[in-house]
Amino acid sequence: MAWLQSILRSRPASGSVAKSRLQMVLTHDRGDLPPALLDEIRDEIIEVVTKRLSLDKNKVIVHLAHTTKETRLVAEIPLQSATTRRRRRA
Amino acid sequence: MREAQGGGALRAESLDREGEQEPMKKKRWQNVVAGTIPPAEKEKATCKVITVTSGKGGVGKTTVTANLASAMAMSGKKVCAIDCDIGLRNLDIVMGLENRIVYDIVDIVEGRARLKQAMIKDKRHPTLHLIPAAQTRDKSAVTPKDMVMVCDQLREEMDFVFLDCPAGIENGFRNAIAPSDQVLIVVNPEVSSVRDADRIIGIIEAEEKGPGYLIINRMKHEMVERGEMLSQADILDILAVELIGMIPEDENIVVSSNRGNPIAMEEDNGSTSRQAFHHITRRLCGEDVPFLDLAKKPGIMARFKTWVGARAS
Repeated sequence: MAWLQSILRSRPASGSVAKSRLQMVLTHDRGDLPPALLDEIRDEIIEVVTKRLSLDKNKVIVHLAHTTKETRLVAEIPLQSATTRRRRRA
Repeated sequence: MREAQGGGALRAESLDREGEQEPMKKKRWQNVVAGTIPPAEKEKATCKVITVTSGKGGVGKTTVTANLASAMAMSGKKVCAIDCDIGLRNLDIVMGLENRIVYDIVDIVEGRARLKQAMIKDKRHPTLHLIPAAQTRDKSAVTPKDMVMVCDQLREEMDFVFLDCPAGIENGFRNAIAPSDQVLIVVNPEVSSVRDADRIIGIIEAEEKGPGYLIINRMKHEMVERGEMLSQADILDILAVELIGMIPEDENIVVSSNRGNPIAMEEDNGSTSRQAFHHITRRLCGEDVPFLDLAKKPGIMARFKTWVGARAS
């Protein structure tokens, strides 16, 4: 009867809930950088890049990417290219 | 008294006391701690020191240690189990050796007893030995160097040494990890245990004792089928270490613990948990053993025997 209940029940079985909660919490546990530090790094990256290239400050994202073997600092910096500017004006 | 003074002074500082210096032992100890023993020499001594840890308490480390040590001894290997949970000893009671304790690990380290005096030989299996923890001290009584020294002595006579690590990541854990060649991590299929196991895996790798091998204890196959328990695949996906064994939830383990007879020591009654322990020891010896299908219930004769056993008591 339990299988019937799990079909009729609208929420997912707790095993998968446990797995996703663990993945979230371990991403946090494994990366021991405080969030404030990431914001500072983001501001400094924007400062350095804007000296050479123009970018949209609001779209810059700096975050940590975890795999089982390593943690990476990833910065996504959408650039404003000359073509984009021309298209907008038109 | 004379005996204890002559051979038992193993503590680092006490080696400098007059009349107790044994030049050969001191040199070897210094080499071990300095890490200058060449790898070739280490391989020649075929003893493997295995630490059973978990991070979280109550997941089954002591039960696993008792059963793995018993199963290993039953296959003819010379085994010593050490209870590293100083102040909260229980490996002795799980193994049914609580009435045989005279000396403990702290007595060895502080020079009141020789290794052979403190080692309890199991009468059921003469190749199985136990060094109990002290009950009236705490984990600061022993240092990682002391543990390395004790295990170094044991390497000369034993094939396997199992260290029952206490819960946590403090002194007791550090003591148990220091001498180990291989670390087994016991985990239960539930959130807090998996989270703590992840932390332990990280620490072990940082200490260069990794990679650890995983034992999933207290699996309930019916709950996994229903999706209400983390499965073996889920746990391995999250922790990303190699699995060395899976032990099902089994009432018989409680019964055997009550009697002081580890389930691995009992005769083969088809019990899956007993088989699981024996399979893990075979894998530790390098054999490639396929994992048990926990969905398969023990045969009708095995269940009848268990029922009769329950009625008899």
